[in-house]
Amino acid sequence: MAEVPATARVVVIGAGIVGNSLVHHLARLGWRDIVQIDKGALPNPGGSTGHASNFIFPVDHSREITDLTLDSVRQYREMGVFTQSGGFELARTPERMEELRRRMSSAKAWGIESELVSPDVVKEKVPFIETDQFIGAFWTPSVGVVDSLRAGTIMREQALAAGALTVVPTVEVVGLDTEEGADGRRRITRVRTSGGDIEAEHVVIACGVWSPKIGDMAGISIPLTPAVHQMISVGPCPQLAEREGEISFPIIRDMDTFCYERQHGADMEVGSYAHRAILHEPEDIPSIEQAKLSPTEMPFTSDDFDPQLEQAYELMPELLGAEGAEMRYAINGLLSLTCDGNPILGESLVSGLWTAAAVWIKEGPGVGRAVAEWMTHGHSEIDVSASDIARFHPHQMRREHTRLRTTEAFIKTYGIIHPAEQYESDRDQRLAPMHESEKKLGAFFYETAGWERPHWYESNAGLLEVYGDAVMPREHEWDARWWSPIINAEHLRMREAAGVIDLTAFCVFDIVGPAALEAVQRTCVAQCDVAVGKVVYTPVLDPKGGFRSDLTVMRLGEQHFRVVTGGAHGMADRKWFGDQLAQVTGGDPATTLTDLTSEVSTIGLWGPRARDILASLTSDDVSDTGFGFLTCREITVGGVTVLASRISYVGELGWELYVPFGSAAELWDKLLDAGAPHGAVPVGIGVYGTTGRIEKGYRAFGYELDGERTIVEAGMQRPKVKAADFVGREAYLRQRALLDSGEAPAAVLCTMTVDDHTSASGVKRYMLGGEPILTRDGGTLTDGHGHHPYVTSAGSAPSLGKHLLMAYLPPEEAVLGNQLAVSYMEELYPVTVASVDATGLLDPTNERIR
Amino acid sequence: MTDVLVCIKRVVDSTGEVVLTDDGQAVDGRYAGFTTSNHEECAVELAVQVAGATGGQASVLTLGDADAVEQLRSALAVGCTAATHVEADPARFGPADVAREIAAVVRDHEAAGHPHDLVLLGNDAADSGDFQVGIRLAYELGWPVVNGVATVRVEDAPDGQSVVASGDGPEGHETYRVPLPAVVTVLEGGVEPRYPTVPGRMKAKKVAIEQRTPTAEPIGPKRVRLLLPPPAPSNVQVLGKGADAAPAVVDLLEQLGVLAR
Repeated sequence: MAEVPATARVVVIGAGIVGNSLVHHLARLGWRDIVQIDKGALPNPGGSTGHASNFIFPVDHSREITDLTLDSVRQYREMGVFTQSGGFELARTPERMEELRRRMSSAKAWGIESELVSPDVVKEKVPFIETDQFIGAFWTPSVGVVDSLRAGTIMREQALAAGALTVVPTVEVVGLDTEEGADGRRRITRVRTSGGDIEAEHVVIACGVWSPKIGDMAGISIPLTPAVHQMISVGPCPQLAEREGEISFPIIRDMDTFCYERQHGADMEVGSYAHRAILHEPEDIPSIEQAKLSPTEMPFTSDDFDPQLEQAYELMPELLGAEGAEMRYAINGLLSLTCDGNPILGESLVSGLWTAAAVWIKEGPGVGRAVAEWMTHGHSEIDVSASDIARFHPHQMRREHTRLRTTEAFIKTYGIIHPAEQYESDRDQRLAPMHESEKKLGAFFYETAGWERPHWYESNAGLLEVYGDAVMPREHEWDARWWSPIINAEHLRMREAAGVIDLTAFCVFDIVGPAALEAVQRTCVAQCDVAVGKVVYTPVLDPKGGFRSDLTVMRLGEQHFRVVTGGAHGMADRKWFGDQLAQVTGGDPATTLTDLTSEVSTIGLWGPRARDILASLTSDDVSDTGFGFLTCREITVGGVTVLASRISYVGELGWELYVPFGSAAELWDKLLDAGAPHGAVPVGIGVYGTTGRIEKGYRAFGYELDGERTIVEAGMQRPKVKAADFVGREAYLRQRALLDSGEAPAAVLCTMTVDDHTSASGVKRYMLGGEPILTRDGGTLTDGHGHHPYVTSAGSAPSLGKHLLMAYLPPEEAVLGNQLAVSYMEELYPVTVASVDATGLLDPTNERIR
Repeated sequence: MTDVLVCIKRVVDSTGEVVLTDDGQAVDGRYAGFTTSNHEECAVELAVQVAGATGGQASVLTLGDADAVEQLRSALAVGCTAATHVEADPARFGPADVAREIAAVVRDHEAAGHPHDLVLLGNDAADSGDFQVGIRLAYELGWPVVNGVATVRVEDAPDGQSVVASGDGPEGHETYRVPLPAVVTVLEGGVEPRYPTVPGRMKAKKVAIEQRTPTAEPIGPKRVRLLLPPPAPSNVQVLGKGADAAPAVVDLLEQLGVLAR
């Protein structure tokens, strides 16, 4: 029986691609006394890495995943385990061809060489393919295969050579011990294993499909599910056998049949994502002894694969039907899936207990580096906030949610996913108090953080006639999918009269106690030591000066602050504030953080008539002198006591009204009733999240703002920086000093207008976001980071009659009136730079807000 | 033109650790999956070879639950061209029951103008290990039987066709020649079963399977319960670490005959 050391600074559980790259990068960053354990034997302990097909297509629509993949490829190349083969993604249908054009947008935006080619070009490189089966292909020369087991061994050995690592295979984790730490929070203390206990300051769960089981031992939820990916190997194929080496033909992804064909020596591996979702529970994975091959190579269920086999045969009959070519290996391989398709990384609610799971071979080394940096510095070079374990809301931590969502998403692995596409399963998890009223109004619901949010209301369809072409109708089905011109009609009515907006999905938490001010000041960039009753909009930074969030803080008392932030990122924000609070108080329970999200609903009332409407329901003074901009206080509206805050994310006069859940439906009805004579209508998130803000140049976290962007690049710097210390202050001061010394930032966030929407076919096209910005004649632009500009947000600006795009441009291009182009579905459309900072195109002097 | 019927049974793959069901009546296939035994895989291979060599045909038969069709399709994918499925819960069927059901199929096929010349079976089932069905079947049919052979071929003889079956017996290598029709049970080791080809698998999918129900109520296996043997003692000897271990490894490989001395 193997024995483990009694103590460690950090224990990494798992020796797959993630655990191995993690120990390597931790050692590289100076960590010592690292212990890595796995229940299997090395070099292939039996997890998903061991049966991976090991090929990498770098282009993904997600920037985060693409950056992690590109970083991984760079590391694999350095280790000498990457073999470039090139790869084709085939289109059998015109719809797929359009999707491949969209893929070209992502390739250009992320700077990856790709091109669209005809079937004949594919045939030149893959002579055994039948060209009558498909109509075109997306060619990426930098596609390749890796030896992930060899890479893992190399990385482990580097950490061993540095004297940083002890590796103990064949020991199984039987428990994780936690205790209440000095800061009042639970922290990890010990890993109990079949080979003894290890006292440890830090523990990383990097054991793939088993991670939920290990997480449960410490009471944390790691919401991933083991899922089957079927793969067979056919050979020996004479066409392949005559070439030297592992791979000499490009890899084929047959996108419309959800299959791939990848040469492996004399064999052709055919893999599929087309079968039904076959999910397992982590507890039901066999032990190493029970498994025939390995625990994650489950028995092949041939019935599920037969339809794909036929499609693969149609594509390559001469190869797959060659004399002597047999199906020599076939598995139901287990891999990890999550409810939103992203990995699960970062520190859990148990201090010192980290996760790095639900990671594919193509991201492994990049994730290892990012998590190691995060553990070392508190942030990573590549922004991984979309993969932060802190993102999950309670409803997402249910295994049921993961099961339903991954079942729905599995078939979309190679699917054509619209950027606004909504999930259908496990909906109606969180309903606003006015949900019934909204349904009666014909709300079209989108989901945010489990909340059902009206995106627009069919009850406003009559406004389409009122505003005619000003609603900017979209002719093309793709551009109009998950969209309605009613959004723009609601927008125009709000600008003309007023709109009432359900903002229940806001995440709301109060920080109360003697350390509240210090905790809030330490977390926020803006001055929060303000008079009681003031409202502060503030960025939140990480130590390197990148964005962690942007949100609103209200000072409700000397020792009482209320933080209001978006639902999607709310849980991560709450953890961040909690972390800072713990640092400040050192565990003194006198100051508390209380989540009020499920108790306090928010209703927005904005528009030129907002004051008249509110005044008709209250005897409180809501005049500009009596209730100034960026102030808040309790008032009584229609008999309901609410906390009113005068602020706006849509550029109009108005208030956010915070109301207890029990009174929210009543207030909602009263506002709609009182608003009706003034022309007010219910307005959906389509206006709040896109059209209203984009006309005003307001930035959104996750789009314009993320960990790789700075306040200076986003053009959001204020004249002064507060004297009080806050996270990211030094970095922010450095960024400002460079700007003051005349040095341009690496990139500048700009707003552009689209000057002509007419495509070659005559159909007017409307960009949706993610498209590359190029020179007017299609030339590549590169910013000071070496990145290429892409559209972070796109949307109608109905009050301007324009379609607007936001993008970070190289500073020399960030010039008002500069004429550039956007590439959409492989056609160029002219755009003009209309704003080079946070100034809104509508009402640049903010008259309307007053 | 030999017509071969090969009989197979859906069993749990037992190459990994064997896990029993809670009631001890069967092997649990949750982790390992289902297959046919190595003996039967060789029997299928021999059936396909005999059919190929004589220009005949190989049919496959199983008695099992609905999922057993998967094993029939696997046999069809490697060269059998017809399949019969006696749908029944195999746990309720003892060797006498199974032999009776196979005999009924053979007789019915003959009555329908499709007589089988040779019935091949595995030496014993991988899960129950009763070693009885072949002999009982031969008795039912009144045919000669050869047990536990590794290779089978069919030869023309003056008085018709005969099967030549050989394998290792207690006294050395044994070869039997018996006239057809006959029953032969096969031990693994004489042939290398082929893997399915892609076209073979696609063809197998399209074969219509003859569906039958049992002809009589089963007597049953009369099994009390299965017990697992105690784990085999593992005697691990560490030969050394790193480069220092190399001479010991070479010695061992020479002892095993992997390397020439």
